[in-house]
Amino acid sequence: MTATTEQATRYEAVIGLEVHVELNTATKMFCGCATDFGGEPNTRTCPVCLGQPGSLPVVNRKAIESAIRLGLALGCEIAPSSQFHRKNYFYPDMPKNYQISQYDVPICLHGHLDIDVDGETRRIGITRVHMEEDTGKTVHIGTSGRIHGADYSLVDYNRAGIPLLEIVSEPDLRSAAEARAYLAELRAIVLALGISDAKLEEGSMRCDANISLRPVGHTVFGTRVEVKNMNSLRSLGRAIDYEIARQTELLASGQPVQQETRHWDEDAGTTSTLRAKEEVFDYRYFPDPDLVAVEPDRAWIDALRAGLPELPAAARARLADAHGLPREVAALVVSSGLTGVLDAAIDAGAAPAEAAKWLTNEVLGWCTAHDVEPSAVPLRGAELAELLALVGDGTLSTKLARQVLEEVLDSDKTPRQVVAERGLEQISDSDELAALVDTVIAENADAAQRVRDGNTKAIGALVGAVMRATGGKANPQLVNQLLSERLIDGGA
Amino acid sequence: MAALVTQTAVELGRRLAAGEVSAVEVVRAHLDRITATDDRVRAFLRRLDDAALAHAADIDRRRAAGEPLGPLAGVPLALKDVLTVKGVPTTCGSRILADYRPPYDATVVERLRAADVVVVGKANMDEFAMGSSTENSAFFPTANPWDLERVPGGSSGGSAAAVAAFQAPLAIGTDTGGSIRQPAAFCGVVGVKPTYGAVSRYGLIAFASSLDQAGPFARTVTDAALLLQAIAGHDPRDSTSIPRSLGDLTADLERGVDNLRVGVVREFSGEGLEPGVQARTTEAIERLEKLGATIVEVSLPHASYGLPAYYLIAPSEASSNLSRYDGVRYGLRVDGDTAEEMMALTRAAGFGPEVKRRIMIGTYALSAGYYDAYYAQAQRVRTLIIRDFQSAFEQCDVLAGPATPTTAFRLGDKVDDPLAMYLNDVYAVPASLAGVPAMSLPVGLDDAGLPVGLQLMAPLLGEATMLRVARALEADIAFDPTPRGERALPAPSVAGPTEVPTP
Repeated sequence: MTATTEQATRYEAVIGLEVHVELNTATKMFCGCATDFGGEPNTRTCPVCLGQPGSLPVVNRKAIESAIRLGLALGCEIAPSSQFHRKNYFYPDMPKNYQISQYDVPICLHGHLDIDVDGETRRIGITRVHMEEDTGKTVHIGTSGRIHGADYSLVDYNRAGIPLLEIVSEPDLRSAAEARAYLAELRAIVLALGISDAKLEEGSMRCDANISLRPVGHTVFGTRVEVKNMNSLRSLGRAIDYEIARQTELLASGQPVQQETRHWDEDAGTTSTLRAKEEVFDYRYFPDPDLVAVEPDRAWIDALRAGLPELPAAARARLADAHGLPREVAALVVSSGLTGVLDAAIDAGAAPAEAAKWLTNEVLGWCTAHDVEPSAVPLRGAELAELLALVGDGTLSTKLARQVLEEVLDSDKTPRQVVAERGLEQISDSDELAALVDTVIAENADAAQRVRDGNTKAIGALVGAVMRATGGKANPQLVNQLLSERLIDGGA
Repeated sequence: MAALVTQTAVELGRRLAAGEVSAVEVVRAHLDRITATDDRVRAFLRRLDDAALAHAADIDRRRAAGEPLGPLAGVPLALKDVLTVKGVPTTCGSRILADYRPPYDATVVERLRAADVVVVGKANMDEFAMGSSTENSAFFPTANPWDLERVPGGSSGGSAAAVAAFQAPLAIGTDTGGSIRQPAAFCGVVGVKPTYGAVSRYGLIAFASSLDQAGPFARTVTDAALLLQAIAGHDPRDSTSIPRSLGDLTADLERGVDNLRVGVVREFSGEGLEPGVQARTTEAIERLEKLGATIVEVSLPHASYGLPAYYLIAPSEASSNLSRYDGVRYGLRVDGDTAEEMMALTRAAGFGPEVKRRIMIGTYALSAGYYDAYYAQAQRVRTLIIRDFQSAFEQCDVLAGPATPTTAFRLGDKVDDPLAMYLNDVYAVPASLAGVPAMSLPVGLDDAGLPVGLQLMAPLLGEATMLRVARALEADIAFDPTPRGERALPAPSVAGPTEVPTP
């Protein structure tokens, strides 16, 4: 092989994602403790989730339901019988020093997820979806804030036993963009199902990436590296790009890639070794003898299938096809979890394009400013439709409508209530405005003359004067019309 | 009037109900008996005198108020120290839990309280129920009331000895691979290992989760049946609990064995079986035939693989079950410079040698590269043994054979020979692996004057039939459960414990 052909070797990335989703069930995976956040440390605990001697786990049926629903949404086969195993390793925040997790007989197998990247649809295989329990959280007290150099450590078991689903993809992804699209789509599906709030930033959705390179055209996988600690779509993309570049450089310089687990450092924008291959644990998996097989009956699965909501891909297609929305607008509405609000607004008479525009601009903007999940926005479709109707019939200007929307979102009032309370109705009475227009023309004779002389742009100053005089409530179109009638059309 | 401590639970229940005696008197008599004898028997790790007397007084008050009480209300019981009692130290016979106070009650304990059975103390046991002599207790060994120089068996040795010593008419033990049946046989009392899943494991500190079952000890079959009835039943907190009832366990007890088929297990004989045990077993089976049962010979062809399979499955589960004892949340903590060091030092100091041995065996059997050869292979053997029992029970209603290959051995005889100790379980583990109910019934003494236990086994949830056979045999043999012999604990006198001679 010559130097030239070596230089010509091009690599393709092979990426698979392991995604953990924290379920929003009311109680934990194997006990009756509440899963809500914000409790004082160790107040959401009981003998079971603390691993007290003699305590026993009992599976949360709601968690199984969530797993089956996600499996169905991903086109998986639902195993007629699946099993929980114990994953054994010692760690202070794991109450039993084993984690109950599904292993070789998971509840969902062989699904897929379609993603759109650069106008092309790719089908990504889902290897499996399985259930497991979360661990507690260790806080290291001391100057370092890490386990090394800590004075002492405290453990909070409130999170221990919260149900998790792990979704493992096939190594079908080829780029950071595809990985991001996959994770975004998976998140949208989870949100549509309502089984988790799936916040990457807060850890209720977590993603690890397995990344390897191989020469383009080869079918054998290269040595893979697992990268952890990406807590946004953006950091997933950055970490993958970094890792592809790092591995490419290694291979190009003839060095091997080490099989290891690496940690993504968001600030530095780099990955570093967390655990080498030799440090891989032997988890000594074996079936948990405290639990029986999960055997969902056909009727239950059929009922869950029938109860599935519209999934994001179908929603996007419907919004684009039935309502004529541009694909990117439809995608934004769906990925933000605003499909329901939009549909309700349309049902209440709103024009689809207009309603979508308001949602993706004003409403999403408000959500960002107020740090509210769009899917949890306190706005009903009927309220949006009412607001748009008030704009449509001239009661509100666009500018006033924005203020009204703000107040609707901040309170539990309807747009009409806000308008009535604040006396915001637009002045659309021609007689009332005509008198005002005449006064303004008289007071601004110079500007009026320039308009008469053919400088139509000068009319803006006169419109502005009328608006100021009415505190912004005059109907600007009507003002414009009245001024034109007087100064341009036949007013001479 | 016979001493209160020699009476059965049924008799005590009847006299309590009739108002002839109060629960406080009954409990106090037993506490006195414990005081008089436990320096020699050492059945109890902890006495619960105050709680027991308060409970008894409460029972007397409620009885006086006309409240309906169960048949065992006011009857004393020794509780193996493996079942959690809220706020009461529960040690599992281990240093690592020496000061552990559980924050909750085991389901069995709740049910005992609901039946107003009075717990008089926590009984000694082999550490984490691992052993066949109670010599693995981290605190002290228990002696066999029939010969104070011999072991009571194990791991529920404290429970069996307490009942044999008339310290309590009832006791709760747990059986993973013979831990009720073997001490029952050694101490000449009745001990029942119920169907796996018949009694809730919630609050039973796990040794081997797929095998552990709590069950009763008593001096009569009827007492054992009543106690089992009180603690059995579905519990939603235990996923392996069977959602079915055992039925009425006493209704048919006296019906005899007419038309019942008793299977004699061909494989439960031969090497290691003492002649005295063999002789009493054979006689008992002949009695059953005389009483009207049909005797058939059956085979459990894979039973001989039971012991090795058991000694892979049970340690494997134990290695994982015992991981939680790390000094982080409860129990013993030995400080170290790092969390890992603290865990390692705690476990090194807290566990005894037998527990460590089994943790190591189990860890090895589950390791990558060995799992298939050991754990998975043992599970396949378990499946074969389950099938053996299924086909055996196509030919008979119950199985009969020896409970143990020998009678009680001397303290210290086998502590340095784990394999010899494990062989005690050879006849017990097949039923454990199959999950079927099994029991030991005293059927006589060997030439040395030590009790011999007959093992009876029945199909899943077949307790009623098994107990009925045991009752018929008990009535026919009329075994006297009073320990006797040169080195036996003196029997309680009619006048009470004050006349018990002290050595």
